[in-house]
Amino acid sequence: MYLATTGRRDGDRDATPIPPGAGRRVPGTVLALGAVSLVTDISSEMVTAVLPLYLVLGLGLSPLQFGFLDGLFNGAAALVRLLGGHAADRSGRHKRVAGLGYALSACSRLGLLLAGGAVPGIAAALAADRVGKGIRTAPRDALISLSSPPEALGRSFGVHRAMDTTGALLGPLAAFALLWATADAYDAVFVVSFCTGLLGVVLLVVYVPGRAHTPVSTPRRGKVFSALRDTAFRRILYAASLLGVTTIGDSFVYLLLQRRLDLAVSWFPLLPLGAAAGYLLLAVPAGRIADRVGRGRPFLYGHMALLLVYILLLAPVGAVPLLVLVPGLLGLFYAATDGVLMALAGPLLPAEGRAGGLALLQTAQVLARLVSAAGFGAAWTLWGSTPALWGAASALLVALAGTVRLLRVKSPERQAK
Amino acid sequence: MKPLTARGRIAVVALAFLVLAGGAVGYTLRASRDRQPTSADSGFTLAQGGLYFRDTATGRIARRPLGAGSVGERRATGGPVCDRFYAAGGRALCLRRRAGVPVSAYAVVLDRRLREIRRINLPGIPNRARVSASGRMLSWTMFASGDSYATSAFSTRTSILDLRTGYLIKNMEDIQLTIDGRRRYAPDVNYWGVTFARDDNRFYATVSTGGRTYLVEGDMRKWSARALRSNVECPSLSPDNTRIAFKKKVSDDPRAPWRLHVLDLSTMRERPLAERHSVDDQAAWLDDRTIAYSRGGDIWTVPADGSGAPRLRVPDATSPTTPG
Repeated sequence: MYLATTGRRDGDRDATPIPPGAGRRVPGTVLALGAVSLVTDISSEMVTAVLPLYLVLGLGLSPLQFGFLDGLFNGAAALVRLLGGHAADRSGRHKRVAGLGYALSACSRLGLLLAGGAVPGIAAALAADRVGKGIRTAPRDALISLSSPPEALGRSFGVHRAMDTTGALLGPLAAFALLWATADAYDAVFVVSFCTGLLGVVLLVVYVPGRAHTPVSTPRRGKVFSALRDTAFRRILYAASLLGVTTIGDSFVYLLLQRRLDLAVSWFPLLPLGAAAGYLLLAVPAGRIADRVGRGRPFLYGHMALLLVYILLLAPVGAVPLLVLVPGLLGLFYAATDGVLMALAGPLLPAEGRAGGLALLQTAQVLARLVSAAGFGAAWTLWGSTPALWGAASALLVALAGTVRLLRVKSPERQAK
Repeated sequence: MKPLTARGRIAVVALAFLVLAGGAVGYTLRASRDRQPTSADSGFTLAQGGLYFRDTATGRIARRPLGAGSVGERRATGGPVCDRFYAAGGRALCLRRRAGVPVSAYAVVLDRRLREIRRINLPGIPNRARVSASGRMLSWTMFASGDSYATSAFSTRTSILDLRTGYLIKNMEDIQLTIDGRRRYAPDVNYWGVTFARDDNRFYATVSTGGRTYLVEGDMRKWSARALRSNVECPSLSPDNTRIAFKKKVSDDPRAPWRLHVLDLSTMRERPLAERHSVDDQAAWLDDRTIAYSRGGDIWTVPADGSGAPRLRVPDATSPTTPG
């Protein structure tokens, strides 16, 4: 479940999508992509929120089976990202590639509807959704970075991620309202999600400009791995992977929190909402700060917030501070790292290789977190949760020290200019 | 393609919004309306006794006194909405189709006052429902694809639920099956029409494999089943557990393939019942001498010993059951 959320949280800024009074305007393309993401996230989070219920309570699948399917598809989607980025760079048609991804995800809801209770059908629909998500992410982020002035990239990503997270917050609310109103008609949730997803595709087609912002001077050049030749990009990639390997994932954090406080399971779904709210509020401020002070620093500070989460979970802290601080710090972590990372790396990549480069970075990060989740799960099983958490905290501390070294040598922002 | 003007864009998005929102709202409204009046009225319970059945006009469970009475005697409606219903031992099983594109249904378990105690979401179309005499064991059959036993291409899923342990077997197809003394591993097995003995362990059912149907005797604890006899479908064990009423395929005419028979389990001798029309139902025993079944959308009864003549009991009704 954790990885499903990271995909949409690659952004880094605050929550208010309209800062036109504050001097520079946010580019129209960014707002349009933000609106597309908002609508799409309502669509996808609706399904994400009810899917475990539907599969486990409704159809009697075991949670283990579901977790396995989910993990498998997220891993596969990470690789599909590379393809999406590569295709966007080669053709110069970022909008078309992203649109294909959005459309595929929207249509996967119909697959869920038609699959009925058949597990292979459900698996195929889930796979289509994750493939769609994988395809669209890198071209979309490349479009954002290509249509924003480099000095305001942080803010652009912040605005986009804030809008995106707004959709992610509304989706589950809409889904549960629907289930309540229809007395558990999961099919109604799938149909509404499908319609919402299609609306997102329409918004993309109508409001996001096609080739205007993507100068395709040398169409054959875009190779995903060519970005690796750039030293500064490589350092960022290493840093993101290093930190990713020590990021245990929100589902574990929430599970630890739930065990520690002996929370009723019915409150469990509210924890991610708290983190999303924090993310929403902090994404734009974090992006603006990143534009001003350099994007490496918020990235580091964000991971320090994550370190604080680990420490809070180990420390003798009361229930109320834990319930406020842990989701809040997780929100800060996302706000200061997800979009900021894209803003940090974007300017280093040539326009015709940007989607591929960003895809590479995202894939590395997702795979690193996958390794981390698996490792943490194994450590938890072998030694128990407290030693495993101590291990994760120490590893994160080491990774932070390494990142300071990696990112300090040359300020990537300055080099980009 | 010519780029749209600002107004044109708004028009396109507004149109798309209207169409998609209309579709979403329409589907949701239908889905919510279809499932509004599904539970029983508070005064309608299993405790009142008599013959319970599904009233075709309303889709709800109704009842009327068991004793002789005129066919047109008033029925008391007000039970839950079900497509297939059976009740015994203070428990009722109600299979209810769900609206919507994926063909699916609920198996709803109800207590003596017809309040819901468990609900299971199932793919397919409801077909057979049965509750053991004690009310502990429940079983139902769903058509996963196709909707009739008469065509060659159909697939069933039969589930068994133990209410005492809460354990649910979603699809009993993995049971160890022995036919003619040999284990059968064929992937084409389909089970349907389970009926439980009084000990809540032994059961009978139909299995279809290799183009033939068999009566199997199953054992819950050993999770094994043994074929006793071929050409037996939808068995129904008598209250004294000595005989099985079933439908036997007697004709290749797809319009009238079956005839009701009763098999004596001690002698393994079968005898046709007085009902000469084809019956596609899992019969219900009203007592040790009388069998009820639905034919042509009405409920009929016939003596279990092959004598007498069929009698129309409740017009426009299906799923006869006597909760006892």
